[in-house]
Amino acid sequence: MNIAIVKYNAGNTRSVLCALHRLGYEAEVTDDPVELGKADKVIFPGVGEASTAMAYLREKGLDTVLTSLRQPFLGICLGMQLMCASSEEHDTQTLGIFPIPTRKFSLSPEFKIPHMGWNTLQYQDDRLFSGLEGEAWCYFVHSYYVPLCEETIASTEYGGQVFSSVLHKDNYYGCQFHPEKSGDVGEQLLKTFLEEL
Amino acid sequence: MLAKRIIPCLDVRDGRTVKGVNFVNLRDAGDAVELAQAYSRCGADELTFLDITATVENRSTFRSLVRSIADHIGIPFTVGGGIRNEADVASLLDSGADKISINSQAVAKPGVIDELAMRFGSQCVVCAIDARRNPDFDNGAEEGWEVYVHGGRKGTGLDVISWAKEAYSRGAGEILLTSMEHDGVKGGFAIDLTRRVSESVGIPVIASGGAGTMEHFHEIFTDGKADAALAASIFHFHEIDIPELKIFLEQHGITMRK
Repeated sequence: MNIAIVKYNAGNTRSVLCALHRLGYEAEVTDDPVELGKADKVIFPGVGEASTAMAYLREKGLDTVLTSLRQPFLGICLGMQLMCASSEEHDTQTLGIFPIPTRKFSLSPEFKIPHMGWNTLQYQDDRLFSGLEGEAWCYFVHSYYVPLCEETIASTEYGGQVFSSVLHKDNYYGCQFHPEKSGDVGEQLLKTFLEEL
Repeated sequence: MLAKRIIPCLDVRDGRTVKGVNFVNLRDAGDAVELAQAYSRCGADELTFLDITATVENRSTFRSLVRSIADHIGIPFTVGGGIRNEADVASLLDSGADKISINSQAVAKPGVIDELAMRFGSQCVVCAIDARRNPDFDNGAEEGWEVYVHGGRKGTGLDVISWAKEAYSRGAGEILLTSMEHDGVKGGFAIDLTRRVSESVGIPVIASGGAGTMEHFHEIFTDGKADAALAASIFHFHEIDIPELKIFLEQHGITMRK
């Protein structure tokens, strides 16, 4: 299987590569539109800040490439937020794959931001979750969130705010948590993404 | 609901995990990669590695250790010890660390917190604070605590609460608070200090130093308002096993990852 990881200035590519290795897969880290187009699966990781990341994607012409792919595509954390319409992080226009804005958490003071640590998914019936049984705990680190929308296939609650923890539209998936850091549950989700979708 | 985190800490010297009492009298606790894997498998929520290597040559040994740990575990891990600048951080993140912990250098040059948060994001900048009780810092009924650096060898004249607030406002994403008074003594965490730090900052606080019983963890999550609790020797030497600890805490009303 030919797996491509999108190379840009906000990737935590090393931990995604490690997680894929543990599942027995190699991946290519690339920003070449041809390589991305040829891949069987594309992973779009992200740790960092939205406006800087978008400026870089536009400069490399990756904004149009990423929105016109046909193979299964998985955005992670900031990667998922960049797949939405806009972000309140420095009022940034993002890729618009999911027609919903990313918002900043506004919580009562006893709830700390970032939302950091392990939390559960309320997941719906979707093939991505076919390997999961019972409670699914995943590792989150984020200060912005995507509200619930038609594309939401899993949700999570923090400080009274329920938000989208997994989105799905056509070939595009996005997860707010880090599957590469979410122990057995994360590994199972990556395995299903690679082998069943 | 967000779970409270249990974090084993590995103090690593030349590839071996060691542990002391009140920051001295180190004894060997085993191979770091093997321990890391064992913790990852038994339900630890995160791992912390502190490099207490004395020499520059062994820093590169430590980076390759970080790399091999990253290959083997599927949970977040924080690396600290001797970090001075952006280049050190870039190299550790590139080796597979998820967060870095900065201590002495942040006190010496507080602007480094802003720089690291700007370049790598607050989520990966942990400000470690080693605290020692100092009556000169008492404020009315509140006990005063002073920030120590260089492995706890040197006082700084800084008040712990003020320094925690400053680290937060400069962009630290988490505070790792160690009470040197309590470290390795197993008499319980510094509850009052941890609660005050936790109430003073809008970021998660990891309590460290003093874990001896399961009740101590319960106290630090409830009365101490900690978001995570870190311990070393009691886990390394199996005085408390993480799966049983998590069951105990869950039964006492603390949300734990299962």
